[in-house]
Amino acid sequence: MRQRFVEKIIHGLLFGCACVSILASLGIVLVLAVESVLFFKKVSLWEFLTAKEWTPLFVDKHFGIMPLVCGTLVTSLIAMLVALPIGLTIAIYLSEFASSKLRKTLKPTLEILAGIPTIVYGYFALVFVTPFLQKLLPSLSTFNALSAGLVMGIMILPLVASLSEDALHTLPGSLRDASFALGATRMQMVFRVLVPAGFGGIVASFILAVSRAVGETMIVAIAAGQQPRLTLDPRGPIQTMTAYIVQISLGDTPHGTLEYHTIFVVGATLFVMTLAMNSISLRIRERFRNTYA
Amino acid sequence: MMQKRKAAIGGALESLFKFFALLCVSIAMLTLICLLVNIIADGFPRLTWQFFTGFPSRFPEKAGAAPAIAGSFYLIVLTALITLPMGIGAAIYLEEYAPNNKLTRFIELNIANLAGVPSIIFGLLGLQIFVRWAGFGRSLLAGALTMAILVLPIIVLASREALRTVPPSIRDASLALGATKWQTTWAQVLPLAFPGILTGCILAFSRALGETAPLVTLGALTYVPFLPTGPFSAFTVLPIQAFNWTSRPQAAFQHNAAAAILVLLAILLTLNSVAVWLRNRCQGKLRL
Repeated sequence: MRQRFVEKIIHGLLFGCACVSILASLGIVLVLAVESVLFFKKVSLWEFLTAKEWTPLFVDKHFGIMPLVCGTLVTSLIAMLVALPIGLTIAIYLSEFASSKLRKTLKPTLEILAGIPTIVYGYFALVFVTPFLQKLLPSLSTFNALSAGLVMGIMILPLVASLSEDALHTLPGSLRDASFALGATRMQMVFRVLVPAGFGGIVASFILAVSRAVGETMIVAIAAGQQPRLTLDPRGPIQTMTAYIVQISLGDTPHGTLEYHTIFVVGATLFVMTLAMNSISLRIRERFRNTYA
Repeated sequence: MMQKRKAAIGGALESLFKFFALLCVSIAMLTLICLLVNIIADGFPRLTWQFFTGFPSRFPEKAGAAPAIAGSFYLIVLTALITLPMGIGAAIYLEEYAPNNKLTRFIELNIANLAGVPSIIFGLLGLQIFVRWAGFGRSLLAGALTMAILVLPIIVLASREALRTVPPSIRDASLALGATKWQTTWAQVLPLAFPGILTGCILAFSRALGETAPLVTLGALTYVPFLPTGPFSAFTVLPIQAFNWTSRPQAAFQHNAAAAILVLLAILLTLNSVAVWLRNRCQGKLRL
């Protein structure tokens, strides 16, 4: 009798633990929503979405999110231009061409790259990559979107490589056998059969990588600058959404002011963007898994 | 004839692709080497005894990282104390107890989504809930609670993975001998899954050790000339100290940043080696 009681309590406790994650998500949504509502009481949604300047700390205040979103997209785009081709090539190579010995040395190397804290990449971008690029491109400023984006690309490369490799590796061997039996060369097999078949999983990994790039903070906070500018030119300083939150957090902004609300409204924008991408990626991966399960 | 030409073209294309792939691999490797060499060259000369025991200073050559090292240590211990019971408990519930219903699927989806939330958002959560609302201020406790939520999904996912490797026959045997569900889980399943769970948790904490953004958002101080005294003490951690030194224009401070990064990387390397060692050990043990 007593044993049964204890079992019930433990069951309840464990269920409670599982519900903590729901509380955490609820907390995030509530905090972002409440502060955003306070923000939109003072600034119209229309201005937030359409104004072309973001100057909450100036005397002449403007609250257009566009420059921050633009800065985020420019750095993420550069990162993807690095991570996408290199990551996918490494994935295909590891999955279909590399000897098992090479795989065994390469995968841990990629894991090391993935395990390096982003602050280290930020330091690397500012102290090494920017001076190096300035030798090739003299017009590059000390803080710029280009080197932040390039280093971010290296940072998310392992993610693209390992997820895409998983997508290719889980494809059934019969696809390979059938393709070879029809007289295809290895290249034809890989690029006309495997890659199209694994396309869903590969796309899912790309979307996840973009989401990671959009939410990345320290590299851009250190190396990309603090000037929200609506520009596609990667040579000058810009500011991303995450870097703005860091900038305000480092200052001493009093609680409850409009500036204080802005970090939450920027956070909410970031949250919605990444959540949308993560959900799409998850949905695609599930459908992909069901196709070949 | 056609066949032969086709094969030749295929072969040439394959060599070309392999060459390109090796080029990509070497780009990744070269970047890693460049990064490490650069940081070691800048930071290693600064790694004196004084750097480990000293406090931050206006003079770069006198500045030390003792508060940051101590802060990182306390933060991780506190985070582990908070998050381990919750994370492993949640994993046990989902893996061993949960019925296959809508609520369970919702919890699972929720954890998957939480794992993808950018870390800086957790900082905003911590700032509003723990720093302001609960009144903990910019203290170690507020930082640890924020970090606990940040690593929770990673710990749940890793622990579930470890629990899944325990063969069902173990559970069946225990239940057949009259043990209750919890007795089975506690005495049979958990000990077997323990090394795997530990590995996952070590990796999760090494991620927490390197996290900067949420703590910056929380308002962790960048200039802390004292060691943390308790859970309500103000604190700084290694990545924040490195960030602070990196953002200064003087090269001497950037060398300090490199030294702090070296210490951080050394700790992470040690943790990861322990995790890999544990993983190899438990892989041998679980083949029943």
